[in-house]
Amino acid sequence: MRADKDFRENTRARTETVKPLLQVREIEKRYGARIGCTGVNFDLYPGEVMGIVGESGSGKSTLLNCLAGHLEPDAGQVIFDTRADGPVDTVTMSEPERRMLSRTDWAFVHQHARDGLRTSVSAGGNIGERLMAVGDRHYGNIRERAIDWLGRVEISETRVDDRPTAFSGGMQQRLQIARNLVTGPRLVFMDEPTGGLDVSVQARLLDLLRGLVREMGLSALIVTHDLAVVRLLADRLMVMKDGHVVETGLTDQVLDDPQHAYTQLLVSSVLQV
Amino acid sequence: MIELNNVNKSFTLHNQGSAVIPVMEGASLSVEPGECVGLIGASGSGKSTLMRLIYGNYLAASGQILVGNVDVASAEPREILALRRDTLGYVSQFLRVVPRVPTLDVVAEPLLAVGKSQAEARDKAATLLSLLNIPEGLWGLSPTTFSGGEQQRVNIARGFAYEYPALLLDEPTASLDAKNRDMVLGLIEGAKARGAAIIGIFHDEGARERVCDRFIDVTGFSPQVAA
Repeated sequence: MRADKDFRENTRARTETVKPLLQVREIEKRYGARIGCTGVNFDLYPGEVMGIVGESGSGKSTLLNCLAGHLEPDAGQVIFDTRADGPVDTVTMSEPERRMLSRTDWAFVHQHARDGLRTSVSAGGNIGERLMAVGDRHYGNIRERAIDWLGRVEISETRVDDRPTAFSGGMQQRLQIARNLVTGPRLVFMDEPTGGLDVSVQARLLDLLRGLVREMGLSALIVTHDLAVVRLLADRLMVMKDGHVVETGLTDQVLDDPQHAYTQLLVSSVLQV
Repeated sequence: MIELNNVNKSFTLHNQGSAVIPVMEGASLSVEPGECVGLIGASGSGKSTLMRLIYGNYLAASGQILVGNVDVASAEPREILALRRDTLGYVSQFLRVVPRVPTLDVVAEPLLAVGKSQAEARDKAATLLSLLNIPEGLWGLSPTTFSGGEQQRVNIARGFAYEYPALLLDEPTASLDAKNRDMVLGLIEGAKARGAAIIGIFHDEGARERVCDRFIDVTGFSPQVAA
């Protein structure tokens, strides 16, 4: 039994020494008297993917935008474990610091690819721009990395000089992902990344995201209303209703054995294919 | 390796007048390394429910579910994720995969998750797939289009790719022909020999007798119906 005991201790050591990448404490955002989201608390660890689900108006996008620094929360802390200075509250940090963070360690994938792309710049330029924002100046390097990333998101090298307006919806979404991941972020925020895409294109994107998450050891927060997407992508799930978190847990446990009335309704409302 | 103490489970159906359905009461059992325990009991008596509780797929109402040194009934999601990655495998009756992912990668995934190299993981996956008679021509295709028996064998290959110290097997031999059934039972015997603790559900009596060391009738864990 000695080996068994060592094994157990190793397993335990591996799970306990890791620090959370993101700590969210009592986040609240109000629109006048109306609640956007309130009382949100969670820790996200390196390599973890958490899904945030709920119907339209449940506050999930508001929450994501508060966490990503696009909206200023009325209360609470968003503590990110930065490479240089360790855990820092991103809500109170200066605007330039937060912008630097969102270009380096953070990435944001918008539901509508056009919101996350520059339509007046070529596909290669869209990827290169983010590299230049973090100080890369060598044209040859930038172009080479842009082409490498186009390949990784399955866009042909021959399209590198085309503008994203000439791309299909699915290609635009993949380009947006390439643009976001080229700088090697540690945390990716995704707002309905597969929304509005054909199911076949969705499947391809899911496969791609899953591979990238594993290879790069990314942590991700994914807002979606599609339960099938979170089942395949997310380790953990948070269910929101009317601005409140009503249930959290392992993705398959929340979907297969939902505890809250709203989650039960949500799960039972899905059409079986 | 696996130990359950006084586990209770009920379902509350909020959308049906908050009806509470008790499904399990006082479930206790223990499985040692190298031992295979068969769950028996009529359909609907709670065999699969018990498996899902151990895997953390269902949330226990009370009691203790120890796998290694983790209490699944009270563990944090990430502790359960680590447990599923490193310690506890589960071969269910259904295959759930990302569409479009090749079979070889589906089987190799648990090995990649514990940090094995692509080459090593794919090698092991290929060995298992050929052992289970999945034609090599299918390895590059997604298993979503496979027949029921093929999907089940892919599921088994995936479950045995990494050598989990604890394994849950929900009807691993159902819908398999004699040759494949024999192969799967061989894999189970191999896992026992290397010291895995196994809990299985086998409707096939021959299979049950061959691999199980003892049986637990889950009917004993059924809640007493209140008069």
